[in-house]
Amino acid sequence: MSFELLEKFRDPELCRKLLDKMERELDGELRFMEVCGTHTVAIFQSGLRSLLPEGITHLSGPGCPVCVTHESEVNAFLDLAGNERVIMATFGDLMRVPGEDRRNLKKAQADGARVKVVYSPFDTLKLAKENPGDLVVFIGVGFETTAPTIAATMKMARRQGIDNLRVLCFHKTVPTALDALLADQAIKLDGFILPGHVSAIIGVEPYRFIAGKYNKSAVVTGFEPLDILQSLSQMIDWRNKGEAHVDNNYTRIVGENGNPKAMEIMYEVFEPCDALWRGLGLIPGSGLEIRPEWEQFDAKKEFGIVIKDGPALKGCKCGDILKGIKQPDQCPLFGKACTPANPVGPCMVSTEGSCAAYYKYKLD
Amino acid sequence: MSEKVLLDYGSGGRASQRLISKLFLGNLGNDELNRLNDAAELSVSGRVAMSTDSFTVDPIFFPGGNIGSLAVHGTVNDVAMMGAVPRYMTCGYIIEEGLPMADLEIIVKSMAEAVEHAGVQIVSGDTKVVPKGAVDKIFINTTGIGDIIVDPAPSGDAARPGDAVLISGTIGDHGLTILGTREGLDFEADVKSDSAALNHLLVRLVRELPEVHVLRDPTRGGLATTLNEITTSSNVCCELNETSLPIRPEVQGGCSILGLDPLYLANEGKFICILPEAQAEKALEIMRSDPLGGDACRIGTMTDANPGKVVLVTQLGGKRLLGMLEGEQLPRIC
Repeated sequence: MSFELLEKFRDPELCRKLLDKMERELDGELRFMEVCGTHTVAIFQSGLRSLLPEGITHLSGPGCPVCVTHESEVNAFLDLAGNERVIMATFGDLMRVPGEDRRNLKKAQADGARVKVVYSPFDTLKLAKENPGDLVVFIGVGFETTAPTIAATMKMARRQGIDNLRVLCFHKTVPTALDALLADQAIKLDGFILPGHVSAIIGVEPYRFIAGKYNKSAVVTGFEPLDILQSLSQMIDWRNKGEAHVDNNYTRIVGENGNPKAMEIMYEVFEPCDALWRGLGLIPGSGLEIRPEWEQFDAKKEFGIVIKDGPALKGCKCGDILKGIKQPDQCPLFGKACTPANPVGPCMVSTEGSCAAYYKYKLD
Repeated sequence: MSEKVLLDYGSGGRASQRLISKLFLGNLGNDELNRLNDAAELSVSGRVAMSTDSFTVDPIFFPGGNIGSLAVHGTVNDVAMMGAVPRYMTCGYIIEEGLPMADLEIIVKSMAEAVEHAGVQIVSGDTKVVPKGAVDKIFINTTGIGDIIVDPAPSGDAARPGDAVLISGTIGDHGLTILGTREGLDFEADVKSDSAALNHLLVRLVRELPEVHVLRDPTRGGLATTLNEITTSSNVCCELNETSLPIRPEVQGGCSILGLDPLYLANEGKFICILPEAQAEKALEIMRSDPLGGDACRIGTMTDANPGKVVLVTQLGGKRLLGMLEGEQLPRIC
């Protein structure tokens, strides 16, 4: 899409009109949650948050894949980085994610670990070919957006006969987590702004239960201010009528059935499994693991890695924040013991983390 | 096989001598440097500005320049930001053995062109060659000195509420070029470094408008970081208008793809000018009359609202904090 066209979705005058309409029509309070880190950042970066009518409460959900990476998963990849046989390949987001004792990949690198930031999982193929005597381990963190590309990388590796690539698979799936969230009575929500990128892969169907089972609204939404405002305005409208719907406002990218080809590749290589989410705990069926037919690529098998739940970090309110029960600045560690310079949890370090967004963008 | 720089060239022996006389004096030579004394003999008086910088850029060649031209521009600009006329420079090379001699020649020739254009002389130099792996290809340190021609000199702590905040042109070009070239990314459009010596434009500006409060080049950390440094030192708030920020569409596009913010990307041929409101128009006129300031524009105002902070007034009219980054920008997952 051209940038000129995108500009139209940022039109200040149209945004103003929608904001006025929302102000007029909002009766009481609307609590909405976005479940995509890109939305978190978009809402802050555009200044939208400072312009929303007072009755609208914006909550950031478990939508940043880095933030929901469980402590034991972080410790697992940090341990593996110390292995002399291993070259860790990772997306840049994970470099500063803190594990036990606040160690991270950056510090591991300074201690001699070989860590390579890649822009695409396909870069790992070249890395593996260039280092035939070593094992290249890619840290597979991400949602349905990322998983198909990693699956495609593994397929290509098999075709090219690359035998020194492994994937440390910590992928998670979004709809299962939303189901678990909504089942939690403590969470008070009127609706979701659904993730644009994830939905481009999975489509709209997997979210239908939000209205059907829980009587809440949810709209698949793009990342420009007008996209977001339009979805919020729609949710106000439905609520005023006492209705709940799941709809797609991001039709320029997201089709009803998503990207079936990508889903097919993803499920050819991965299968659903139970997964531990940071702050949320164990959610049955919410993860992806490598199928037995592809276990030659499985770093967990290769190194005997088992992910186990442990006690949460003392004081860290990540769980309540990811569930929208608390705002980041209500965490006692926020801005004090936990800052981007010295993060306690990944929410403070990921570019798309809600704590980092609060710290970086919130004015008062 | 093409000629390479060997450890011998940094030994101080005949090989070094040949490199110095042929390559360095041949290109950068002047009366003072040619004397090859242990130190340069200079005549300076009054208030001088002095600055040093080490250049370790990877890749060493990039669209719009190379480490050589950058090493001259960077130091010349730093000296000029003090309201000074840059005059002399020193230059130290640390070269990894095995660097192709042809590469070194290109770098030295670029430096020669850059010093010529900036009107400065390199009066002292040093070359070390270190074993493979001890440095990455070539590192260059330059130090510059110049005569300060205004009193008081512009300073980061001199911004005052009510001052206008100007930028001399588009932002993010250099940083995106370096990141893009380093990662071998092909951008659809032509993105190149803005590396340039700004001293002639700056000298004109401070001669005509000696009341300029702050001049700064937003290099590492970009515009956002530099403005944060200024608001902290001056204890004022900078209100920045997002709609006024000059960013090339191709830079904006490249940044969106990589998940980078152009406000935090380095610039090597731009400066921030902060001065009393009444002089803003005149300053813009002077800047725009020079090709290096052709896209100059007003981007904000200093206020006393949130001392020490930079506030971005977004396109939509919302306000948000524009803070400092913790470290380098890292590309994102999705």
